[in-house]
Amino acid sequence: MTTFAFVIGLAYLVAATLFVLGLHQMRAPSTARRGNLTSVLGMAIAIAATLVVALVTSGGSVWGWLALVLGAALGAVYGVVRARTVKMTDIPQLVSVFNAVGGGAAAAVAFVDFVLYRSATPLSLTSSIPIVLDVLIGSVTFSGSLIAAGKLQGVIPGRPITFPGSRVVNLAVVLVAVGAAVLTVIFGHSILLLIIVLIAALVFGILMVLPIGGADAPVIVSLLNAFTGLAVAMAGFAIDNQALIIAGALVGAAGTILTLQMAKAMNRSVANVILGGFGTGDAPVTSALAQDLTGVRQLTADDIAVQLAYAQRVLIVPGFGLASAQAQHEVAELAKLLLDHHVDVKYAIHPVAGRMPGHMNVLLAEANVPYDQMLQLDEANAAFDNCDVALVVGANDVCNPMARQKGNPVSGMPILDVDHAKSIVVVKRSMSPGYAGIANPLFTDPRTGMFFADAKQGLAAILAATKDYVTA
Amino acid sequence: MTSELFGNLAIFVLSLLVGFEVISKIPTTLHTPMMSGANAIHGVVFAGAIAIASVANSPVSYVLTFVAAALAAANVCGGYVVTDRMLRMFSRPKQPSIPTTPKDPS
Repeated sequence: MTTFAFVIGLAYLVAATLFVLGLHQMRAPSTARRGNLTSVLGMAIAIAATLVVALVTSGGSVWGWLALVLGAALGAVYGVVRARTVKMTDIPQLVSVFNAVGGGAAAAVAFVDFVLYRSATPLSLTSSIPIVLDVLIGSVTFSGSLIAAGKLQGVIPGRPITFPGSRVVNLAVVLVAVGAAVLTVIFGHSILLLIIVLIAALVFGILMVLPIGGADAPVIVSLLNAFTGLAVAMAGFAIDNQALIIAGALVGAAGTILTLQMAKAMNRSVANVILGGFGTGDAPVTSALAQDLTGVRQLTADDIAVQLAYAQRVLIVPGFGLASAQAQHEVAELAKLLLDHHVDVKYAIHPVAGRMPGHMNVLLAEANVPYDQMLQLDEANAAFDNCDVALVVGANDVCNPMARQKGNPVSGMPILDVDHAKSIVVVKRSMSPGYAGIANPLFTDPRTGMFFADAKQGLAAILAATKDYVTA
Repeated sequence: MTSELFGNLAIFVLSLLVGFEVISKIPTTLHTPMMSGANAIHGVVFAGAIAIASVANSPVSYVLTFVAAALAAANVCGGYVVTDRMLRMFSRPKQPSIPTTPKDPS
């Protein structure tokens, strides 16, 4: 090992250490931002070291460097503009788009590597296998993540899209992709075969995500995130760059853990998510008047204001409805008003509230809610027993007590024990069921009062009524 | 070659294990920024774009280098910026007052 190679290897090691440290610092909200900056430093070192190696060892042509600089400038501007302007409710789509471009970049790197080196001698297995795997995984991630982003954004219908014989077509595409991949490895120099791998993988990515319902899209985004990590690690094997291998493996692990946790919180297995179309993402809103309201106690904003103002402890349960109505500022303002009135207000947050794990926390943080007011599932469930009023806003399945019984779609799902509260207020547009498609007995409980309204308008009405009440 | 491959494989497997260990300790509160931050980390594939830029020698490879660089740069820059935007909201000092207009750094 030359001194130069040693120094470069050391730089990659430092970069990898900084990535791990950065993720480590993300375990507490107070150090998380520093953790992200630590990761940025690691990135800068990894890229600088690679740049030095490239300049010293090969030099390259002006056109190659020009392509790199122009591409980097274009990509950086696009990325930063999107990152700075995105609405916090649209974060899951953006994460999916950034995931897609990462997978696409990994596939492109492997493809060029193949084009450049296959002519001299047929590639050895140690480079052709990672290259082919990279093209395969990277392409699936690229097209799949774009479709998932489209579903989350609503550009592509959220309902599962299937067509007759889709399973057969899927299988055929997989066979073509894998077959071409194996042949590419065996022959070691056919660009045509690699192009077939690329196209078949892109088609498979689309076919894999189309049948997945909008409600499950976050699980798939997370799974594809793990895939991108693996694709990047494979690119690292192909070009013998340890920084890529380590970073790719870390992301692969992160994506895998999140996928499993999310599937568990939604009471589904990962295989079930991929195979079964489930959840529409845009359930029709039936008018509150046209439905069966037997056993439902309806409240007015004034009734709720009185309950809240006289309560000692209030737990707010924000759900997907709050996120889609972008009512995080209204709920935070209501909480602030009550806190000033010496009511203890906290938020009970289900792991999959919002559109991805932890998404609700981000939305509340955007509305200036301190993170120590946000309770995770276990903390929240301990608090419901002493809670005077549970204010459920746009949540449904995550607080359905049916989960404690056997034999229904939510059986066994971890839920918030909202029914342990002394009194329950639900703000919801209608009685329509959530993604699981079953009725929620919580809504007809004698202690529950329903307030049929959009989360934003409903909270604004409650806020106005509470203001009148506490200041009068 | 074989010893090199073995070294890389060992690094890969150990990194996966470290990843599982570190990430399983992150609370659900921070899962969205963590996913976004991990997403930015795989933008390290930009290093791969640099590596191919230095050896590119044909129009096809120039075009693909451009594509790889653009995609990877969007991934790394956008990923870190949006993660920082989220985490800045979390690390904000506890302030009792809530602004009447939504505060947005953009």
